[in-house]
Amino acid sequence: MSRFELTRIPFIKNTLKSRYPQLAVFIVMLVGYIFAILAGLIGTPVGSHNFSIVFVWIAWWAILILVAVPFFGRGWCAVCPIPLPGEWLQRGAVLSPPDKKPKWLNLRWPKFLRNIWMQNISFLLLALFSSVLLTTPNITGIVLAAMLFAAIGLSTIFERRAFCRYLCPVGGFIGLYSQTAPIELRIKDKQICVTCEGKPCYNGSANGYGCPWDVFPGGLTKNTYCGLCMECIRTCPHDNIAINLRPFSADLAKPSTRMDEAFKAFIMLGSAMIYAGVLLGPWGAFKDAAYNVGTSAWFIYAVIFLAIIFVILPGFFTLGILKTKGSLPLKQRFASLATALIPLGLMFWVAFSLSFVLTNASYIIAAFSDPLGLGWNLFGTANAVWQPMLTFVLAPAQTLALVGGLIWSARTAQKAANEIRTSSISVIAFSFILTLVMLWLLL
Amino acid sequence: MKRSELISRILITVAIVSVVGAPLYFWSHTPLIHVHIAEDGGWSPDVIKANVNEPLNLKLTSDDVVHGFAVGQMDMQSVDVLPGKVADVTLNFDKPGIYTFFCTRWCGINHWRMRGTIEVSGSPADPSTSSGQRPEPASVPMYVTLGLDIDAPHDSPSIPFSQPSAINGQQLAVNLPIDRSTEYYLGNSPYQVFDELGSTSLTEIQRWNVVASIWQSNTTPESLANGQHLFAQNCAACHGENGAGNGVFADDLAAADESSMQTMAGSDNMTMQSPVDFTNPTRMLGASPALLQGKILRGGMGTGMPMWGSIFTEEQIWDLIAYLYSFQFDYHN
Repeated sequence: MSRFELTRIPFIKNTLKSRYPQLAVFIVMLVGYIFAILAGLIGTPVGSHNFSIVFVWIAWWAILILVAVPFFGRGWCAVCPIPLPGEWLQRGAVLSPPDKKPKWLNLRWPKFLRNIWMQNISFLLLALFSSVLLTTPNITGIVLAAMLFAAIGLSTIFERRAFCRYLCPVGGFIGLYSQTAPIELRIKDKQICVTCEGKPCYNGSANGYGCPWDVFPGGLTKNTYCGLCMECIRTCPHDNIAINLRPFSADLAKPSTRMDEAFKAFIMLGSAMIYAGVLLGPWGAFKDAAYNVGTSAWFIYAVIFLAIIFVILPGFFTLGILKTKGSLPLKQRFASLATALIPLGLMFWVAFSLSFVLTNASYIIAAFSDPLGLGWNLFGTANAVWQPMLTFVLAPAQTLALVGGLIWSARTAQKAANEIRTSSISVIAFSFILTLVMLWLLL
Repeated sequence: MKRSELISRILITVAIVSVVGAPLYFWSHTPLIHVHIAEDGGWSPDVIKANVNEPLNLKLTSDDVVHGFAVGQMDMQSVDVLPGKVADVTLNFDKPGIYTFFCTRWCGINHWRMRGTIEVSGSPADPSTSSGQRPEPASVPMYVTLGLDIDAPHDSPSIPFSQPSAINGQQLAVNLPIDRSTEYYLGNSPYQVFDELGSTSLTEIQRWNVVASIWQSNTTPESLANGQHLFAQNCAACHGENGAGNGVFADDLAAADESSMQTMAGSDNMTMQSPVDFTNPTRMLGASPALLQGKILRGGMGTGMPMWGSIFTEEQIWDLIAYLYSFQFDYHN
């Protein structure tokens, strides 16, 4: 398939290679992140007027799911400020590697945790409390702070970015969906890597650090675990790293066979549907159950939530592929064919997010001027009234996203099925039924 | 260490310190009065100190729903306190004392509990310069001087078959030997006056019409309008806009039953009563203005009816009482 190497443009290459532009973005992001924590803790408890809720769960989320993930894959990870303080400690520097490395434990991440199950769990932990998390500034502040401190702590115990790679609740699904993005970091010539001595891209050199994501760039075939941190561009002595523009969903042609990733697809798909029903649907009882954390109604909601994700959706999916002929064992067929749910899930999230983002985007304008709810009017927009935006495009855009997602998923299913020589028909039927449910929930 | 590294570290440190320090500074220098529904604590703080003739600037913010802020016995527009927004209020007190502020938006069934006080100290200014403030009730309330038991039943033994008409009563009253003093009107219930008119040759409905005319002669259209305004703002939440005791909270109060009557500390030595129906003639025609003044001033202790003595001026209470009787009497043609 055709690729266009962006790093051939000198300006892009130099911008990525230099540490200063990245550091500047990191600092701005870190300031925003810490301000969000603070706003959550000391600002007004009214979520719709608190920076932490409005900028994290409306503005950031909108940019992440509608722009960053679909078009830049792990582009968010490239600028996320969470690893910055921990890495300063771990590396003993904020720019190039220092002459003397600080002495931290620098342990290898335990082998049995070298998968994204921890990320699946951390995402679900937040997901089950999401109604409260997404509306309560205090809780948002605490969760943001906890993630920052967890990242700092893990940086001193384990090597590289252990938090980003194995724990971050957001990183898990960004990685999964980044496979669909039209951008990738890859090597140019495999032969150069084979003969490269010392592999500084993985082990580090005076020019930069060994891959913080614990990935050997020479072996990259998909985006899932490449955090686009640009270290390897700086360390490669042979100028063999490229950032490419490529067709959408290029990574999905080679389906994964990992169960953690397959279940990640189900978790994301199921959560999008549950949220569409609970947060946007007309059923007050569901909403109450989701909101009243700790009550028996909430426990029932949590059990149903987990059942849909781990039993009902995978169960029907398995029933569908049970009868299909294939040389591979069921477990492998399951994991491979679940690849089709990646574009489907992404578009479910796009469709779901469109509705609450367009509905609530006007809060951003007011919160900009009075981020803590202290009565400020920094930019004269503090009294902007809440008003849903672009309401007339909402339903068509959602329909387009869902139908487009279904087609995309069907094509992916066909390719995955071809790859393992089986039929895609049941997977397409599964996607079709879920899309109908999602259309019904959202429209 | 290289210079670039050092500068970068300084930049990051300065950025972190200022993004933590600046908001904390401004936050600690903006004393907000947080407003919650009564169940979550009402006003916090609910006691505010002030000095005579020093402008008191208050910043109020609601942490949940829309509330309102007003100070009793003060000529001021109530201020809406919106969730997540800050309302600025500047108050001037020219007399020391304890002022009561209260919520003016029907925020929930415990709305009536949302009270706080402003303790104003200092020496009073020259009374002639006092502006915007009404004198506090100086006299002992009438129900005390008359020795009325405002909790005793006061049903009217007889009620008219149709609404008494003040216009019809006016002509009949012209030649009757009636005590026209204000004290007589204030101290007697409509039924008592009706009963005293029994010595005349008038029919029952004629006697009720005369009573209506006496009640009308003791009020003015302005007073009635003011009473109606106060009623709609403060009383209708429970007593209903049409006075029938069926305000928006009446059902909620009934549904919450005794529990809604508990004190916030959980002690439940209060009894559930549904809001009084002012359109009920048995109840209203047996109550004198003095009795009603007592009930409004003191509140229905333990029933959910708040005390209004610290909020309404004496004049406002009389206006309100005049309006309450208009649910019984026809003052128009």
